[in-house]
Amino acid sequence: MTRLPQIAFLADGRRLHLQDGPIDLIIEANGKAADVHTAYEAAARRFTGLLDELCTELTELRKAAHPQSCVLTSVVACRMHAAVAPFAHDQFITPMAAVAGSVAEEILGAMLAAAPLARAYVNNGGDIALHLTASERFTVGLMDRLDGRGVMRTMAIEATHPARGVATSGRHGRSFSLGIADAVTVLARTAAQADAAATIIANAVELPGHPAIRRCPADSLQPDSDLGPRLVTREVGELSDAEVAAALEAGARCAKGILERGLIEGAALCLFGEMLVVGTRNVVRDPSNRPRELAAA
Amino acid sequence: MVTEAAAITDKIRCDACPVMCYIKPGAAGACDRYANHDGKLVRVDPHIILDRTVEHGGRLVPFQASGDWDGKIVHQPETFVTAIGAGTTYPDYKPAPFIVSSEVDGVDMVTVVTEGIFSYCGVKLKIDTDRYLGAETATVRAQGEAVGHVTTSEYGSQMLSLGGVHHLTGGSKKEGRVTCDTLMDVSNCKAVELTIDGGASVIVQAGQPPVVNGMREERMRVGCGSATIGMFAKQWHGKVDEVVVVDDHITGVLSEHQAGKLLDIADTGIKMRGRRSTPGRYFQVAEPGTGWGGTNISDPLSILGPFDLKFARPGLTMLMVSTTGEHASYYVLDEAMRPVEKDMPVALRQSVERIQENCEPALCTVLFMAGAGGSLRAGVTDNPVRLTRSVKDALTRVTSGGAPVYVWPGGGITFMVDVTQMPSGAFGYVPTPALVAPIEFTLKLSDYAALGGHMDYVRPLGSLKENGDVRPIPWPIGGRPA
Repeated sequence: MTRLPQIAFLADGRRLHLQDGPIDLIIEANGKAADVHTAYEAAARRFTGLLDELCTELTELRKAAHPQSCVLTSVVACRMHAAVAPFAHDQFITPMAAVAGSVAEEILGAMLAAAPLARAYVNNGGDIALHLTASERFTVGLMDRLDGRGVMRTMAIEATHPARGVATSGRHGRSFSLGIADAVTVLARTAAQADAAATIIANAVELPGHPAIRRCPADSLQPDSDLGPRLVTREVGELSDAEVAAALEAGARCAKGILERGLIEGAALCLFGEMLVVGTRNVVRDPSNRPRELAAA
Repeated sequence: MVTEAAAITDKIRCDACPVMCYIKPGAAGACDRYANHDGKLVRVDPHIILDRTVEHGGRLVPFQASGDWDGKIVHQPETFVTAIGAGTTYPDYKPAPFIVSSEVDGVDMVTVVTEGIFSYCGVKLKIDTDRYLGAETATVRAQGEAVGHVTTSEYGSQMLSLGGVHHLTGGSKKEGRVTCDTLMDVSNCKAVELTIDGGASVIVQAGQPPVVNGMREERMRVGCGSATIGMFAKQWHGKVDEVVVVDDHITGVLSEHQAGKLLDIADTGIKMRGRRSTPGRYFQVAEPGTGWGGTNISDPLSILGPFDLKFARPGLTMLMVSTTGEHASYYVLDEAMRPVEKDMPVALRQSVERIQENCEPALCTVLFMAGAGGSLRAGVTDNPVRLTRSVKDALTRVTSGGAPVYVWPGGGITFMVDVTQMPSGAFGYVPTPALVAPIEFTLKLSDYAALGGHMDYVRPLGSLKENGDVRPIPWPIGGRPA
C-alpha cells in the first residue's frame, strides 16, 4: 500500500499543508467553497504516491540532463527535464534543479483540473506555482536580506502578467548552491522553469576563487547529492561593497541572457542586503533601501 | 523518534521515505527532518521540542490527528497544531516549509524567510575555576578578535561576558563575524578556545569542565581557604599541628583561625606572607595564577616565612592543601625548624580526599541572553507594549527552544536561557552578523484577546481551548502570528 503523506490544514483552517519526505506544500485556493474543497481533495489525491513515483526514477533524475533527449517516463520527471534542458547544453544541471517547481505545478494542475478556481497557489518550500484569473492578483514577499530587518520587498503579480511560477534559490536554501547569492527569485511562465532558472542564476552570482568563500564538495555533505563532488558554497565571509556588486552583476548578466531567451519573465538577485532586479518592474521597494535596477532587456 | 536505518560505514541510510538519503554523521537528509546523530537516525523537526515539553510535563495539543488519511480532507483545524503552532521555529536549518507558511500582512506567500534574529545578544559564561583567567574588564578574544570581556569573580567561578551588540556590529567586520561564530558555537554547546589579554587561555564548552592553559579543571573549590579551615578544623584536630589552606582569595591558617582557637590548637610559630585580614585569614599570599588554589605557586613553602622559634618545635607537623584538595603536601619541622616534606599519614590523606569529595565538578555554564525587540512584539499584537506587560505579569510564558527562560525585570523582553536545556544545534546566524535563536510565547487565548491581538486571525484557533488553554505563538517574520 502506498505510504500516506501528511495532509492537514494549517492553523488558519484555510491553507492546506501536504508533506511527504522532503516535499512540503502550502496550498491555498480561492473560489466557491465547494470548488475549493474539491480542489484540495484533488491536490491531496495527486500528492499521494507522487514522491514514490519520482523516486523510481531518482537515479536518472540525479544525472546531468541531456540537452535534447529525455529517457524519463513520469510526467513530473519529464517536466523537470524539460525545465533544465535549455541550460544543459553548456553547463552541468540535473533535472533535480527543477523538482520543487515541477511538483508544485503538478499539484496545481490537478486542482485546476478538478474545479474552477479564481486563484490558487501551491508553494513548495518557496518554489511556487500560481493560478490567476480576471482581476485577481498575488502579492509575493521577497526578503532582500536574511536578517529580516525592516521591510520585505513585495512583488505584485496581476492576472495580465505572464508569470505563473515563482522560485527562489540561494546558498541558504534547502539545496546546495554553487554561487554565493543569498537569494535569487525568478518569475517565469511556469514554476518548473522558474525553479531551474533560479538555480542557474544563483550559481552565477559568484566570485570565483575568492578567499573569503568557503566551499566544499557537495557529496562530502550529502553523499548522494546530484551535484557529486562539485564545490558548493558553505560560508561567505567579508566582501567589499565592490565585490558584492561584482558578484551581483555576474548573476545579472546570466539572468539577462536567460531573459533574452524568453525563459524567464524577471529576476531579483540578493546578496548582503543589496538587490539587483532584472526584467521586472513589479518589485515594490522600500524607498529607504532602493535596489539598483538593471535596465530591462 | 528513531526509525530503522542501515548503517553503511559512517553514513546511515534513512528509510523514512523513498528518497532513502545517505546521511553523514551530524548532517540531515534532504527533508531536513531526519538527521544522523552519532550514527542514529533522529527526527530534528519541532517534534523534538514537543518531546521536550512532554518531558517537562508541559501541556500539548496534538501535532497531527492519529490514523491514516482516509482519502478525504477531513482533518479539522482544531485537531492540528502546525509545525509553527508547535511554538517554535528551528533556526539552525535552512528555511523550511513550515516557516514559509508564516503569514505576513498583505503578502500571500513568502519565498525566502527567516527566523528570530538577535543583534542584541550575548552569552554570560560562568567558568568554575580558582585559577586566574584575567583581570576584570580584560578583553576576551577568539581567533585574535575581541569578543567579550572578563567581568566579576563569583564564588568559585570566573564570569565572562561575550558578545553584545558592540562586538557584533560595532567593530570591524571580522570582529563581528568571529563574535557571531563564537556566540553560536558556545550556545550550541561546542568547545571554543578563548584567550584573555594578560591572562589565561581557556577552552570552554557548556556543561563541560573548563580547560585552563591546557589543564582540565576538575573541581570547584569547596570554599575559600578560611572557609575550608572552618569546615574541616575538627577533622584535623589531634591529627596534625598546623594546616594551611592555600587560596588566591583568602588563605587560611588553622592555628590562628577562630576555628583553631575554639579547639585550643596551640600556636605553631608559622609566618605567612601576604596581608593578614583577620586572625588566620590572609589575602594576597601570592600572585593569581594556575598553581595551588588559584595562585601562581607550585611550591607552597614559598608563601611561608621562617617559623618563629619561640613557638615552633622540631617534629611539628603541617598539612598544606589547596581549596580543591587537588594539591596537598605534608611537612615535619626538622631540628632547624625547616619544614621537610614527608609521606602524608593516611588520616590526613583522607581529609584531603574529603575536601575533594566536597568540591563540586567544575563546569562551564552558558546563559544565552538576548532582547526580543519591537518587530517581534509588533508581530504578535497591534499594541506591542502589551506583550511586554503580559510577559512581566507572567500571563505570557517565554521559552527558547522549549527551555525555560528568566525574563529580566524592567523594560523590554530581555531573557536568559541555559543553552544546555535547549535542543542541540538550536542556534544559527545571519551575516548581519546576528544570532538566530528560537523564542516562543505561550499564553492563554483569553489573555491573548486582552492583549489586543489580531483576533480575526486567532478565531480559527479558538477551538484549541478544548485541548488545552495554552496557545503557542511562533516567532513571526514581521507579520501576524501564524
